[in-house]
Amino acid sequence: MRQTFLKNREKRPLQKQGHKSVTMYSGMYGGRRHGRRAGSVKTRLIVFGLLAAFLLLGSVFSAQLAPYDPDLQNLEIARAAPSAAHLLGTDRFGRDMLSRVIAGSRASIFSTLLLVAVITVIGTLIGVFCGWNGKRADAVLMRISDIFLAFPGLVFAMAVAGVLGGGLHNAIVALAAISWPKYARIARSQTLAQRESAYLKAAKLAGSSTTKIIFKHLLPNIIGPILVTSMLDIGTMMMELAGLSFLGLGAKPPTAEWGSMMSDARSLMTTAPWVAFSPGAAIFLSVMVFNLLGDTIRDYADPRSRDF
Amino acid sequence: MQDNNKGPVLEVRDLTKIYKRRGQDTVTAVDGVSFSLHPGECLGIIGESGSGKTTLVNMIARLTDPDRGQILLKGREITRLRGRDLRSVYAEMQMVFQQPADSFDPRRTLGDGIGESLRNNGWSAAAAREESGKLLEQCGLPAGFAERWPHEVSGGQCQRAAIARALAIRPSILLCDEATSALDVTIQQEILDLLGTLRRQMGAGFSILFICHDIALVQQFCDRVLVMYQGKIVEEGIPDAVIRKPSHPYTRRLIDSIL
Repeated sequence: MRQTFLKNREKRPLQKQGHKSVTMYSGMYGGRRHGRRAGSVKTRLIVFGLLAAFLLLGSVFSAQLAPYDPDLQNLEIARAAPSAAHLLGTDRFGRDMLSRVIAGSRASIFSTLLLVAVITVIGTLIGVFCGWNGKRADAVLMRISDIFLAFPGLVFAMAVAGVLGGGLHNAIVALAAISWPKYARIARSQTLAQRESAYLKAAKLAGSSTTKIIFKHLLPNIIGPILVTSMLDIGTMMMELAGLSFLGLGAKPPTAEWGSMMSDARSLMTTAPWVAFSPGAAIFLSVMVFNLLGDTIRDYADPRSRDF
Repeated sequence: MQDNNKGPVLEVRDLTKIYKRRGQDTVTAVDGVSFSLHPGECLGIIGESGSGKTTLVNMIARLTDPDRGQILLKGREITRLRGRDLRSVYAEMQMVFQQPADSFDPRRTLGDGIGESLRNNGWSAAAAREESGKLLEQCGLPAGFAERWPHEVSGGQCQRAAIARALAIRPSILLCDEATSALDVTIQQEILDLLGTLRRQMGAGFSILFICHDIALVQQFCDRVLVMYQGKIVEEGIPDAVIRKPSHPYTRRLIDSIL
């Protein structure tokens, strides 16, 4: 990529000396500044958006898509290797892995997205409120978030889930309770950085109310890093939900959930690796799709990086 | 122009801003400043960096709250107004900022920014869009610039758009906070010419408060000048007279420095 790019450009004098750093620099600038990329932002947005939508639809219609009943046990074919009948093999109870991976998408993707959406909205609103108003409310809310940040996340989530009881719903509540401070922090610092900007003063002079200034001018300008954080958090949250499931505080057996399926498969790693492989690959692929989508949304939201 | 039978369009009385920093000395950025701006007048405020010019203009525009004093707009006190009442003030008073590119929301087109005050005052989106094109033409830019993004235009073009935005609501006072300082000299002259043309077009219904640190520009453009030094107004008068016979040591230094 970089090689072809350099060939296409007129050579600069320093490049003839074969300076490594110079080559790196020109490649770096070329990649972004001149819009020389694999595809335009719009194309990437469509591709990753479709992939994410595909995953979402799959999780919504998981019951219809699964070839077998994901909870149907058949010990005669336990730990069977992948075959034509069972494309991804079976687990220790002879349940079809493909069906379980598809069924697990509902618990994993759906709950994760819900969780991330909730903490993004709540955290951002709190952060913007603190950054905009400052003073005592800011100090109090930020100390509370400090307390949450000081706890080891999963341990605190375990405590919350322990108090509320098990189940996926309570696991979501527990994780939401410990994850909002990160978003509040980002939103607050972004708000502080932008608060004195001339364009916000100009909006005030244009007669816009504070609510309007915050939602129409400030939020669109600070939402980029927050969105990227939440997109990157999808993977983390999937893993933490899985972790709670593993501890018996999240999804309960026999409900299929990728994280708990992986932890179930740990003891089979040497004898039947496909049992761990399929939910792992499912997590890997979904996390990657949502990460790339997050990057693309950030690029798209910023008119400066759009291709013209 | 000063002996207008109507009162001043803007009056500032004893305006003071004190910045307190914990564990450090307090700084009096603006110290008991009083002056009047008359209809149709262009009043220059000159002073070095840190002399309180920007704090003063931010207080007048109600972007910073003063610690003491009064601001009267056409005889009405606006010093403590909030919310809806304050928003009504901005139909009379607009501002052009020092950094043209930063004064437009990077996520919105220039036309959107120019039409914002109109939309907030009951114009339909379509009418505001059409008007912002006309305003851009009035300020010497093609109407098509309304579709451009702030990062796509030069500093001078952006400042023209900022002036178009300030004029949209037909204010009677334009606050220019170092509006030409970030531009190079030829563009500075163009912007000054534009402001001069606008003044001629609008006559007595349009006053300018022109904050600047360049005495040559003030001499060329303003009817009257205030010299600020360490938060106080130390000298006042017709620019030519002040330049010929400066009475305060700071003014003398300022004039010596460019000669």
